[in-house]
Amino acid sequence: MNAFPLLTLIIWLPIIGGLVVLAGGESENSVSISKWTALIFAVLTFLVSLGLWIGFDPSSAQMQFVERSVWIPTFNVEYYLGVDGISMPLIILTTFITIFVIVAGWDVITYKPSQYMAAFLIMNGIMVGVFSALDAILFYVFWEAMLIPMFLIIGVWGGPNRVYATIKFFLYTFFGSVFMLVALIYMYFQSGSFSILDFQDLQLGMTAQILIFIAFLLAFAVKVPMFPVHTWLPDAHVEAPTGGSVILAAIMLKIGGYGFLRFSMPITPDASLSLAWLIIALSLIAILYIGLVALVQQDMKKLIAYSSIAHMGFVTLGFFIVFTIIQNPALSSGSVMGVEGGMVQMISHGFISGALFLCVGVLYDRVHSREIADYGGVVNTMPWFGAFMVFFAMSNAGLPGTSGFVGEFMVILATFRADFWWAVLAATTLILAAAFTLWMVKRVVFGEVKNAKVAALQDLNGRETFNLGVLAVAVLALGVWPAPLMNVMHATVENLVTQVSVCKLPAAESADCVLARPKPIASLTTDSATQPSWH
Amino acid sequence: MQFDASNLLPILPEIAILITACLVLVVDLYLKESDKGFNHSLSLLGLVIAMVLTGMVGGGERQIVFDGNLVRDAMSDLLTGSILLVSLFAFIYARPWLKDRGMLVGEFYVLGLLAVLGMLIMVSANSFLTIYLGLELQALCLYALVAFDRDSKKGAEAAMKYFVLGALGSGMLLYGISMIYGATGSIEFAAVAKAVAEQGISNKVLVFGIVFLVIGIGFKFGAVPFHMWVPDIYEGAPTPAVLFLGSAPKIAAFALMIRMLVNGLDALQSDWQGMLIILAVLSMSLGNLVAIAQTNIKRMLAYSTISHVGFIFLGLLAGSAQGYASAMFYAIVYAVMAAGAFGILLILSREGFDAENLEDLKGLNDRDSWYAAMMAIIMFSMAGVPPTVGFMAKLLVLEAVIRIDLVWLALVAVAFSIIGAFYYLRVVKYIYFDRPALNAPALVTSGGVRTAMTFNGLALLLLGLFPAALLSLCQATFA
Repeated sequence: MNAFPLLTLIIWLPIIGGLVVLAGGESENSVSISKWTALIFAVLTFLVSLGLWIGFDPSSAQMQFVERSVWIPTFNVEYYLGVDGISMPLIILTTFITIFVIVAGWDVITYKPSQYMAAFLIMNGIMVGVFSALDAILFYVFWEAMLIPMFLIIGVWGGPNRVYATIKFFLYTFFGSVFMLVALIYMYFQSGSFSILDFQDLQLGMTAQILIFIAFLLAFAVKVPMFPVHTWLPDAHVEAPTGGSVILAAIMLKIGGYGFLRFSMPITPDASLSLAWLIIALSLIAILYIGLVALVQQDMKKLIAYSSIAHMGFVTLGFFIVFTIIQNPALSSGSVMGVEGGMVQMISHGFISGALFLCVGVLYDRVHSREIADYGGVVNTMPWFGAFMVFFAMSNAGLPGTSGFVGEFMVILATFRADFWWAVLAATTLILAAAFTLWMVKRVVFGEVKNAKVAALQDLNGRETFNLGVLAVAVLALGVWPAPLMNVMHATVENLVTQVSVCKLPAAESADCVLARPKPIASLTTDSATQPSWH
Repeated sequence: MQFDASNLLPILPEIAILITACLVLVVDLYLKESDKGFNHSLSLLGLVIAMVLTGMVGGGERQIVFDGNLVRDAMSDLLTGSILLVSLFAFIYARPWLKDRGMLVGEFYVLGLLAVLGMLIMVSANSFLTIYLGLELQALCLYALVAFDRDSKKGAEAAMKYFVLGALGSGMLLYGISMIYGATGSIEFAAVAKAVAEQGISNKVLVFGIVFLVIGIGFKFGAVPFHMWVPDIYEGAPTPAVLFLGSAPKIAAFALMIRMLVNGLDALQSDWQGMLIILAVLSMSLGNLVAIAQTNIKRMLAYSTISHVGFIFLGLLAGSAQGYASAMFYAIVYAVMAAGAFGILLILSREGFDAENLEDLKGLNDRDSWYAAMMAIIMFSMAGVPPTVGFMAKLLVLEAVIRIDLVWLALVAVAFSIIGAFYYLRVVKYIYFDRPALNAPALVTSGGVRTAMTFNGLALLLLGLFPAALLSLCQATFA
């Protein structure tokens, strides 16, 4: 294992940077220094995090860059960090996106800019902590600590209704996670340690599994967010400053998805199997119903927020469709594809939604309105902006060649293996997403110049071009050649799928195993005849 | 009773506080009006000396002194140190307020120091009689402190209520003690424990005695349904007095409970556990729900205290060494949080103006971003959001409760802590999201207050990141 504490550095470097920026204060001369300090720390963190990519061994499903030391000895709580193929790309996504957030807030934020920059830097460190924690309490500490900077970001720099939105955001997420805490403590008493990897090896009875699964579901479903606990997201997005929306959509939502992969599925596979129908149903509702809701939005940010919910529905669908597929061993390769598709969708959605929120931010900074009706014919005055916006809208709709297509295609393909009609329902998103994004683009970007404000618009400045340009390259690169990303996660995902295909019920309840019994794995084929068919 | 070194050495901290109180009482007579600040310095010096002495005489074997009336053990060392430290903060925060109102007089310090002495005696009591004496010494001083602003009608009313209800609580306690004395023939904890173990729990008088003890403890803690005095006194009393009675006495009340129920009546745990479950659930629910409706921040913090008391009870009712240690951790941490919160209110007050409504916190971030950050840390800590120590305290208590398979109780506790999070967030909202009122003057504070508040706020953060040291001290107490 790597002796150099790389993960610790990636977590604490931006947090220390944030404190340095805070210490700079808000006086006239120090603000510009603070901004540059913030940018330097963000870029530095990103460069350091690339070390993860370089040093990562993609052939191994083991945790890498592991750091382990005692934190609270009496309860066996450890400072235990490590990454695998699932968390590593998400960490790099986090440090990458933070740079754009800092750049996007450069001139726009005039009220206490140092505190703004510092909040995002601290947020960056905490989010990396969430992805790399392998101790449940450490994970929970990062998971909750994340709320504090986001709460302040929305509340201090947000729109007119920000107080309502940010308190709703905080309480929803807090509500979801405290039950997870109880579940984590319960599992500590079963396993004697707080290590997540030990939790994954734990044998749990069906009742316990179901309860733990529900506790996790509350936490992660709020974060993802899944129907029907999604209502905080449109509010939070609409009120948040541009940077806040970008971080929310690009990274915080992914933490919910990550939670399913790290906790729910491997720790409670049997409960996941028996409740997969619920998650799949909720995902399909998110895709269809929320897609329709997005169609009628008048506010651009709200529209993109609903589109995020629909797209995250794909992620959860891709993850839980696995449980349908693994019951039929003939289709087993499809399960890996579902999870990988979900993962690709998460990374890709991070780029695309981030970019779309930046686009809305560009317009909002100039006109101070997010209403679609206030725009029209923007392309006439802002041709470069128009080009970028159309490109990101296309990728949001899943145009082949962009990253949006890859993930959706893989998930739909995997769903086909499970059930034809589900796949048909899921595939309607291609139509719906195209409808709501392109219709918005048509009304905002194209057509005649609608009013004097639009006529007076200035095209992108250097900062904005940099932000959108780099993200466009990322979207395109991932769309055309996703192999490096898949390569990194493949071993981990395969391992995960093997893990969730094994029954974890204790010996006394082994008769209830629908999943394969632990050993020998070969018995999967013989068992399949006796398995209840559930669809 | 022998007054020799073996008896006097272990109580050196108490002696130091008593001497300081007497000194202040005398010296105050010879001080000119402009030199009254000397009382303050003298009291702080006395507290620091007592802390040093606690460190010197502390540690080592458990000692029983004064014919079994007092004890010096790991618990008394830790709690004595915590009480002295929290009181030190309270004195520092209170000074500017008193000075602005011409109340920087010796009596405040004499009463405060004697209250501290009472708490220290409670912490190291080894018999029902000593603990009652300590409790009354503390309570009488606090009654007087509540009435300290003698021209304030609200203050006088609060003091009256506090006195009457406090006397009722003490009466209950005394009644319970007398029953236990009747049933066991002793007032010394060890002897009571022995008698109970031999007799078994068949004795109805004993169980009745416990009921009265728990009621008395409930009164002193302010647990529902014996909480009625808390909000009124918090609202009516001058803020320095609230700071004083809302922080360190919780630690002393914790000691009261441990000494009586655990040291004395551990064998009857099954009897008092059920009562504590009821008190805990009621306190958490009523405290958190009613706090939402408050606009006066002192009242809000009063209800918040009630809900925190519920959490402390959760640790105690677990009935294990683990549970007691986590309740102890919670009580100490709560005292530090409460001292900080009321300290901020004192900082916001100025001559002729008392900060007591939520609105008075408006735009604190614009007025002084450092104090804003400290108050935010305190509020997040009270809400139990990591990485502050409030989370660690809640985690430890929940762990103790789940360990004895009361998962439902843990779920109730977390459900109410979500509700509780709302009103703490509302405070943060006023601090960060609102702009200050137009006529709000700049905050002027002395270096001492700023240092103390910095220490206070950052302690909550650092203890949250590195809880192991304090936790192991708490656990060593019950090992």
